[in-house]
Amino acid sequence: MKNTKYNHIADLHKPKENRLIHIFISFLSGGFLGLVGEGLVEFFVSYFSLSRTDASTFMILVFIFMASLLTGLGVFDKLVSIFRCGLLIPITGFAHSMASCALDYRNEGPIYGIGSNMFKLAGSVIVYGIVSAWFFGTIRYLIEVFFL
Amino acid sequence: MYLLYSFLFCGFLCAIAQVIIDYTKLTPGHVTSIFVVFGAFLDTFNIYDWIIKKVGGGALLPITSFGHSLIHGALEKASEKGIFGLLMGMFQLTATGITAAIIFAFLTALVFKSKD
Repeated sequence: MKNTKYNHIADLHKPKENRLIHIFISFLSGGFLGLVGEGLVEFFVSYFSLSRTDASTFMILVFIFMASLLTGLGVFDKLVSIFRCGLLIPITGFAHSMASCALDYRNEGPIYGIGSNMFKLAGSVIVYGIVSAWFFGTIRYLIEVFFL
Repeated sequence: MYLLYSFLFCGFLCAIAQVIIDYTKLTPGHVTSIFVVFGAFLDTFNIYDWIIKKVGGGALLPITSFGHSLIHGALEKASEKGIFGLLMGMFQLTATGITAAIIFAFLTALVFKSKD
């Protein structure tokens, strides 16, 4: 069978995934997390009389804790396959990538397993975050010094 | 009103990320890195600060706010200590998040076993 013909037939039998529905689900689940986050901030402000800055720190802590716990229980991967980007773009995705790497390489020992593999996925976020923040920060600083 | 804006903003970012993943060959790892750089870029001229003021907690949750708080702490320190303040203040605001993520990930690895 020719390659092109094979590809054509293979395309016909691929499971059809509706991309619009994925986008809509990501929107809803991501929005829901945002809603819960803001709700938590307002809850902490009114019940524990924290300042808004402290309350948002605690809100982020709650999300990181939940994401790590669900990753440990093995639930998070199933949730991601349903809700997709809605769970990966908030801070939960960051916590999940660290916890799952640490968990996956646990068998290789505490130093070369957990210790050196924890940042395997999350490292890129931190590296590019710091390099770009340093780069843009330098530009902004120089503009302030020389032009303002 | 904050609740509605949080829902819309956070959902909007997640939907954009899903579009990028579905229609290009980029993986979630690429997209989160792009979003962090984008957040740092937005805060160069205090645009992200303005968004947080409007949106509230929903703007602090996506990974873009990680880039924002990196550059925010760096610039704050730079205004008192000069150009090396950029290096001193980089982790000032994100320290809690990163430390907590490391500790919880470590405890998770200690307590649970991998399912695969």
